[in-house]
Formats: sequence, structure tokens, C-alpha cells
Amino acid sequence: MSAQPRIWDIPGGIHPPENKIQSTARGLEHPSLPARLILPLLQHIGSRAKPVVNAGDRVLKGQLLAVTDGKFSCSLHAPTSGIISAIENAPYPHASGLHEPAIILDSDGEDRWTELQPTAGWRSLEPVALLDLIDSAGISGLGGAGFPAAAKLLSRPDHRIDTLVINAAECEPYITADDMCMRHYATQIITGIQILSHILNPERVLVGIEDNKPEAIAAMRAAAEGEPVSIIEIPTKYPSGGEKQLIQILTGREVPSGGLPADIGVLCQNVGTALAVHDAVVLGRPLIHRVVTLTGAALERPTNVMALIGTPIHELLAFAGLQPERLHRLVMGGPMMGFTVDSAAPVIKTSNCLLAGTIDELPPPPPPLPCIRCGLCAEACPAELLPQQLHWFALGKDYPQLERYNLFDCIECGACAYVCPSHIPLVHQYRAAKSEIRSIELQHSRADHSRRRFEERQARLEREAEQRERDRQARAERAARAKAAREAKAASEKDTPAPVAVAPDLARIQAKNSTLTPEQKQLKVAASTARMALQRARKQLAANPDNLDLQAQIPPLEQAYADAQRAFEQATSQEGS
Amino acid sequence: MSIVLTAIVVLLVLSLIFGAVLGYAAVRFRVEGDPIVDQINALLPQTQCGQCGHPGCRPYAEAIANGEPINRCPPGGESTIQALADLLDVEPLPLDGEHGEAKPPMVAYIREDECIGCTKCIQACPVDAILGAAKQMHTVIIDECTGCDLCVEPCPVDCIDMLPLPVTTQNWGWIAPPPPTLVADQRGVS
Amino acid sequence: MAITPVSSPHAMGSNRTRTIMLQVLAATVPGLLLLTWFFGWGTLINLLLACGFAVLVEAGILRLRKRPVRFFLNDGSALVTGWLLALALPPYAPWWLVLVAAGFAMIFGKHLYGGLGQNPFNPAMLGYAVVLVSFPMEMTSWPVWRGAEQLQPALTPTLGLLEGIQRVFAPGSLPADGWATATALDVIKNNNSLTLAELRSAEPALGSFASRGWEWVALAWLAGGLFLIRRKVISWHAPAGMLGALGLMSLLFWGGSGSGSNGSPLFHLLGGATMLGAFFIITDPVTCATSARGRLIFGAGVGVLVYVIRVWGNYPDAVAFAVLLMNLCAPTIDYYTPPRTYGHAKAKRGLGKVD
Repeated sequence: MSAQPRIWDIPGGIHPPENKIQSTARGLEHPSLPARLILPLLQHIGSRAKPVVNAGDRVLKGQLLAVTDGKFSCSLHAPTSGIISAIENAPYPHASGLHEPAIILDSDGEDRWTELQPTAGWRSLEPVALLDLIDSAGISGLGGAGFPAAAKLLSRPDHRIDTLVINAAECEPYITADDMCMRHYATQIITGIQILSHILNPERVLVGIEDNKPEAIAAMRAAAEGEPVSIIEIPTKYPSGGEKQLIQILTGREVPSGGLPADIGVLCQNVGTALAVHDAVVLGRPLIHRVVTLTGAALERPTNVMALIGTPIHELLAFAGLQPERLHRLVMGGPMMGFTVDSAAPVIKTSNCLLAGTIDELPPPPPPLPCIRCGLCAEACPAELLPQQLHWFALGKDYPQLERYNLFDCIECGACAYVCPSHIPLVHQYRAAKSEIRSIELQHSRADHSRRRFEERQARLEREAEQRERDRQARAERAARAKAAREAKAASEKDTPAPVAVAPDLARIQAKNSTLTPEQKQLKVAASTARMALQRARKQLAANPDNLDLQAQIPPLEQAYADAQRAFEQATSQEGS
Repeated sequence: MSIVLTAIVVLLVLSLIFGAVLGYAAVRFRVEGDPIVDQINALLPQTQCGQCGHPGCRPYAEAIANGEPINRCPPGGESTIQALADLLDVEPLPLDGEHGEAKPPMVAYIREDECIGCTKCIQACPVDAILGAAKQMHTVIIDECTGCDLCVEPCPVDCIDMLPLPVTTQNWGWIAPPPPTLVADQRGVS
Repeated sequence: MAITPVSSPHAMGSNRTRTIMLQVLAATVPGLLLLTWFFGWGTLINLLLACGFAVLVEAGILRLRKRPVRFFLNDGSALVTGWLLALALPPYAPWWLVLVAAGFAMIFGKHLYGGLGQNPFNPAMLGYAVVLVSFPMEMTSWPVWRGAEQLQPALTPTLGLLEGIQRVFAPGSLPADGWATATALDVIKNNNSLTLAELRSAEPALGSFASRGWEWVALAWLAGGLFLIRRKVISWHAPAGMLGALGLMSLLFWGGSGSGSNGSPLFHLLGGATMLGAFFIITDPVTCATSARGRLIFGAGVGVLVYVIRVWGNYPDAVAFAVLLMNLCAPTIDYYTPPRTYGHAKAKRGLGKVD
């Protein structure tokens, strides 16, 4: 470990005051069990998990509450034992403040584990089996983005991963969660890293830690002694902990725009995720807790805690001694990339820090001046964008130029807005522009889809109309042909000499008809009707020979016809001879 | 005099030659249909709602190609007017209020308790977004519904509501901050 | 949610527009002191007139435009424009000249385009160019260092305070001869008979390297500029580009030390307004190019143009015109010098698809 592998430098970057010392004085604390836990079904990137429990169910700690739903999803487990109170919309930690469906769990105070299946001999398992364990433990990235770990490990199955990068940089000011994690759980983290290595089989494993964490570096180096894991100290600079930036620092390679690190043979996982992997495989425990930093000048006792997922924020803040009158802004995350939250929202799998800022610490943003084109933003940008140009285009809502100047390569780290002497809210502008561009693209694709649907519908209606027209014509033709056939037959009958027997019949019938009494006429009509009914039934039966109802209809109709005919003949035979 | 004659003859010959070339080109390179109408149609939101006064988006696209003002489409809103202005190289106009107000995206919702299964709304929907059959329950497929509200009128029991598309954390977006000079315009800022 | 939430970052750095502006002014102090030492109160009077009028004009226009006056005055940009203009104009220029220059700079150089950050041209240079073209007589009357006749410089400045004020406010009342003379640049440009050695002994305006007295002022501007670079208020690209290009041009077209000489590189670098322009004028962020490479090209362009106009143009000093011409080119330079963004193979040059 004496010769450190080569590292590269990222362009730009800033050095804000670290403010990390406040939260490292008390080590890692364990708050008491909360009375009620709010467990959102969406704690990761992807689709919401599907609940498998109902309100009123009694659950044990670690029991499965919701399963993965779709390719990018993550399961959810009970952080403690208790009763499911409801499954409804609940406060959610998001910049919008909107609520999300969540499982509300009332803890019973017993904290009883469900049956666990630890795997001591994980080295003998196949990677697929290990991935299964990770998937069923509900592990998503703990670094902030929250990609489901199993899906990420399989993101580009045809690409060979030659470098596994573990992100322990934690570059953002105030946050010390990963630092504490490494100080207390270095051995377990290294085991977790080895499990990931076993799955991916990379050529090398690089753990990047900023040099402002000497205790963590020492602990990790001690735990990694003899293992093929390189603990690399990198210079402290914000934002070295961004995934793309850390990969650039440790490997010198750049993730292609719009692509994934797997495209260049690298996979990056947070050090907290590695710890969760260890817990899932070796201890058989699903992801139910994480280290959260509680800091900010509005807290009397800033510290780091091992918090249960779903703990309401106000409880953790109370544990750290929140002074509500001094609280000006509550931020989840750090001051550079965090978002404001309501204290009723819960801590979820991606919550690494709660910053309770006073008005001096996180002052309200001053009114922005116009841009003086100083270019300090471009000097600070780690992605080598031109934030100034993006600002002008965003003001003018020139979306094609924004895309041309690579707006979507912006990682929203906030370095540009931090250095801006005119206090322009640059990141806010870029976020709004990105939202707008995405929604316009969505509108276009939906409009295209609707247009195709409309055109298909028109085509279908036309086809149906044509079909009807053709049917009508066919019917008309058939009718015309039938008529012609009948006429031809009638004509041909006229030509041949009629048998003598017919003529007298005709004469007789005519004579009879002219001399029929009303009663006889009625009987004749009844007989005709009966005959017609019988013929119709016979025709229907011929069309549907298997129909039992139709078959059953025939005998009574035949009988009716026979009766009617006999009645008529009796009536008329009495007259004539 | 002969110079003038020569000039006239030469010009005549040239014009005959170029006329022939143009005539040939007009026939040989003739474009079937009107591609500009397709391009305009591609920019319209395809709700087929008829608020512009035409029975659908394609008829309105054809009308625009014939000179109709581009500001008659409320579902398209300002972004569509801007896109049309860029395509046709004309001035973007504000939305014509006569043809409706720009509304947030809406979807139809059938109150199932009241539906009588008459299929009138199914026949009215231009994108087949309503599922159902005669004397069966009707329901709107939200992903396909464009919010054109053509189904509301035909319903004999008036059981269709137009509701705004729900905002969730999945489709929520940031709104742009006010421009710097505007913020600084507030009195009392120093 | 109806109210849009506050976006990250929630912490701000300590950069302020006002601080940047004040640091620029602080960097001019050494040069200012030397100017006062050599040439007397002229520059200070200029300063008062130009700064005062610039701030007044800006306040007036802000009120007309119904913008918050104190908020925008506080950013210090009007002060800097007036200050730099005062340093560029000849000391003891008539008061009305200074006011015209400052007024023009603020109205037509800045507020006509929309105020801070919107102007394409450097306002101070615009004001300077306007008065240079309109009042050539007054603009070519540069005072000479009175101590030129003696071996040791006199401790008393060139003109007394009262005389200075009189010179500024009532220019016609004092005799014109004897106190102002052509500058060194002028001399070299118009010379085609004497060698440089002979010229140096004949003309009082020429000093050891460049203009007598002015060369030390130039070195003071250089010191101030290096201070600004060290404090990261300005970047080194534009000054390096300008000085490098000017030096290269003067090296190529030196012409020796005979009568046809165009002046040595050192002469050009330390003469006239080169140093003032390199560190204070072209580094004006609003009108300069955006990216680092763009600034290098911008500075180089200014350097080349300065030399061209000085040697083959009509004017002895050309920084103002060169800067204005390059200001016109700055947007195009920006389009062709974007940096290569992370994750992309090459930078996207050019204007893009123009519909």
C-alpha cells in the first residue's frame, strides 16, 4: 500500500468550508425506536414496489412488505416489528413536498426479528445467487441517487467490468455519514466489497476517500490489509464524490455523455451500499437502517445516527436537540445538492444527512444581479460546461441551444451558483429548463402516438364503411340475381305445356276461392301462416343444425300446420264434392 | 438595327431554353402532396378537439398552409405557436382567446355509477381512448386520453368530467426562477 | 405545490460583484499614485469628475427606467467605468471633455443596451474613442514630466493644484505652450530622420525604455494586474494574449534602431496605454470572450490590432479602437471556442443549426 496508484485531477471544482467537525464528535449513536414509521413504496429510482401486506397485518422486523414491480424496482422490508396501520399517501422527502403512497407501520416496541438466513459461506455461491440475495434484501444505492443495486450490477451484462470503484469520497460539506460508517464498520464494508467483487470479478477494486477523513482511511486500510482492495486517498475538492468525477479521478476515464460507467468497464457503488450488501449476505438482514448525519447550527447535539428507514425526521431532529426557534431551513442532503423537506417526512434509503440550518448558516438567497460575464462559473464547473451561456439561453428559453451546449451533462452540483458574484440561481434555472425540455419531448411523443391512433381509427372507420358498402352491394346483387332466376323460372314454366291436372286445380281453386266464406278464408289464412312458420323454422334449423331449441321447435309447428290444413280442408270439402 | 434584332433573337432563344428546362423540372421533380402540411401537423398536439374551428388537427394544418393564423390551438399553447412561427418564419402571435383558453393537461373521467353503456362517447373519441361496449361499463384509458373533451357533449347522462392530470413526484417539474432584473425591481431592495 | 421551493445550493460563496469591482480599483492605486507624482493633480481631478458624473448619470437613468437605484449603484460598475476612463484620458483634460466622455460611456455604452452585463462594447473605451475622434486637439495634449530638464526629479509635481484646476476648468486662460508635448509614441511614429539614439537625446518625451515617466506608470499597471491575477479576480489569458501578440508583432516588425524603427518590443509594451489596456480594459468581463481559449484569442487580436494601428494607422495610440473592434468579434470567438464537455469526444464549434 506504499505506492498509491496514479490519480487524475478533475477540472474546476470549489473548496467550500467543510463544516464536518461538528457532527463527528459523538461517534455513531442509536436513537430509540420510533412509535410510527412511514415507509414510502418508492425509495429508489424506478417504479414503486407493490405491497404484499394489508392494513391490520402484524409484521416482524425484516419481513417483506412490498415486492419489486418491474425491471427497475426495489423491495421493502419492515424496519421493526409492529402492526400495519394503513397504506396511504403520506409525507415524502421530495423537493416538491408532494405525498407518496407509503406503508404506515406502528411499532409494538418489541423489535422482534423475523427468521433470517445468513450465508457464512458466500464465497462458494454463484454470482447469480448472490445477486438474488441482494435483490431480495431490497438494496438500492445509498449514495444519493438510489439505483436498485441488483439492477445496477446487471446494467450492461455484455460489458466486462474491469474496475470496481467504491465511492467513499463524501465531498459535500456537513455530511459525515460515510465517514462514520467507515470508522465503525470497516471490516464489514471490506467484506461487502469482496462480495461485490465476487459477483463482478473485476481486475481491480479502487476505494476513493478524500484526505479530510484520516481516521476512516486508517480504519479502511487496516481492514483491507492483505486483500486485493486499494484504498486511495484523493485531494479534498467538491465535487470529487460525484460518480462521474470520482471515476475520472481514479481511472482517468470519462463516462460517455448519455451512457453509463459500465460502458467504459467501470461500476461504482457507495460505501454504504457495500455495508448493506454485507448485512444482506453474511447476516441475512434486509436493508432496514442506514447511517444519517444530523447537523446544523440549530441542533444542540449534532451527531451521526444509525436510523431505521421510515423514522420521521422530526424524531431524529429531536434526538439531536433541535431548537425550533433557531431553525430557518431544513435540508435533506448537504448544502450544495440537498433539497428542502418537511419534518413530517420520513428518512428513506437515500437520506444521508439532515441539515437544520439557522438563518446565518443557510441565509435566504439575496436578490440576483444581472450576469456580469465574469466566467468564474465556467472555471468552477467540473463538467467543463459554460454555465454562463446556459444561463443566457435558459433566460431566453432557447431549448435547442441549451441542448447543444450540453445542458443534460450538468450534474447539478451547484459549484457555479456557489461562485457566482451576482448570486444568480443557476442550478434552479437549469433544473427548470431540463423539466421543460423533458415535458416538451413527452408532449411530442404523446402527440405523435395520438396522431397515429387517430389515423388508425380513421382508417378503421373507412374500412368498416367500405365493408358495409360492399355487403350492401353484394346483397343487392344477390337479390337481383334471385329475382332474375325467379323470373326466368316463371318464364320457363310458362313455355312448357302445363299438365292437365294443374289447370282444373287452378280452376277449382279459383272457383273455390271466389266462393269461400269468411270462416273458410280465416282457416285458409291460418293454414298458410302455420306453413310459413314451419318453413321458417326448417330454414333456421338448416342454418344451425346443432341447435337443440330449433330442433325442438319443429314437431309442434308441424303438428300445428297439419291441424290447420286439416281444418281448412274439412271446411272446404264440406262445400264441394 | 441588326444588333437589336440579334439581341431580341438571343433573348428569345434563351427564354425558350430556360422555359423548357423549368417546365421539365416542374414535371420531373413534382412533389406529391404538400410536405409542409405534414410538418405543421407534426407540431400540433393531435388532440383532434376542434377548438380551432376545424374538424381535427390535419385540417387545421392544411388551413395554416393556406395562410390561416397560427394562434388558434389552445391545447398546443404558446410552445406550439412558437414552434409554428419558427417553422413558417412568421411572427409568433399570442393565443387567440376566441378559440379557448390554454388549460393545464386534462383527462376525461367517467363516473361509473352513472354510466348507462350507450357507447356514444366511444364513437365520439377521436383516439379510441374509451374502453367499453354496448351495455357494458365504459372507462377512459388515461394514457391514451388527449383531453380534447369531445366525449363530454354526447353523453346523455352527463357522467364525464374533465379533470386535471394529477401531479406526482414522477411528473413534477421545477419552475424557472424570475429573471434577475425582475427580482431586483422590487421596491425596498437595497 | 403553488410556491416553487428553494433550489440547491443552499450555501453561497463569498464572491460579490462589488468586491470584484473594488479589487480592480485597488489594483489601480499604484499607477494612480505614480501618475500624481509625475504629472500632478490632473489625474485626480479627472477621477473626481469622471466618477462623479458617471455615477450621477447612472442614477438618473436608473430612475428613468424605474429600477432600484441604490441596489444597482452598489455593484460599483459605474464607479469602475468612470475610474478607468479617468486613468485613460490625458491629465488636465478640460472638464467638459471628461464629462462628455463619461456621459457617453454610461448612456450609449451601457444603459442603451440594458444596463449591467448587457453591453457589447467596453463603455470606457467607447467614451474615450468618441472624444478622441471629436476633440483631437485636446486629446493629444499630454503633459510632460517637468523634472525632465533636471538630472534628479523634482519633488514638486508638475503643476500646482490651483494652476491645475485652472487648466482643467478654464483651459483658455493659461498659455498653452511649454506644458504639453507630443507623446513618445507620436514621436517614434512621425520620426523618419533621426536614429533612436539621437532621438532620445533630442526629445524630452523619450525615457530610458519608453515614454519618460509613463514607463514607470506602465510598470505600476503591470504590478496591479499581476495582483489581480494572483487574487483570481481576472484570469491570465487575455493579458497574456495581448502582451504576447503585441510583443511578437513588434519583434517581427522592429526595424532596428535606425530612423525607420517602429520601436522595440519593450517600447511598445511599456508605452502608451498598453499595460492599462492589458490588465484593466480588456479584462472587463462583460465585453470579453467567455472561455479561456476565447480570451487568449481575444487578447491576441487586441495586441495585433494595437500594433497595426500604431504603426500603419493614423493614430499614435490605438488601444481604444483595437478593443472596440475585438468587442465586435467576441461573440463569434465564443461560438468557436467552447470547451470540450466531460463525456464528449470533441467540442461543438460553430453557430449550430440556424433555421
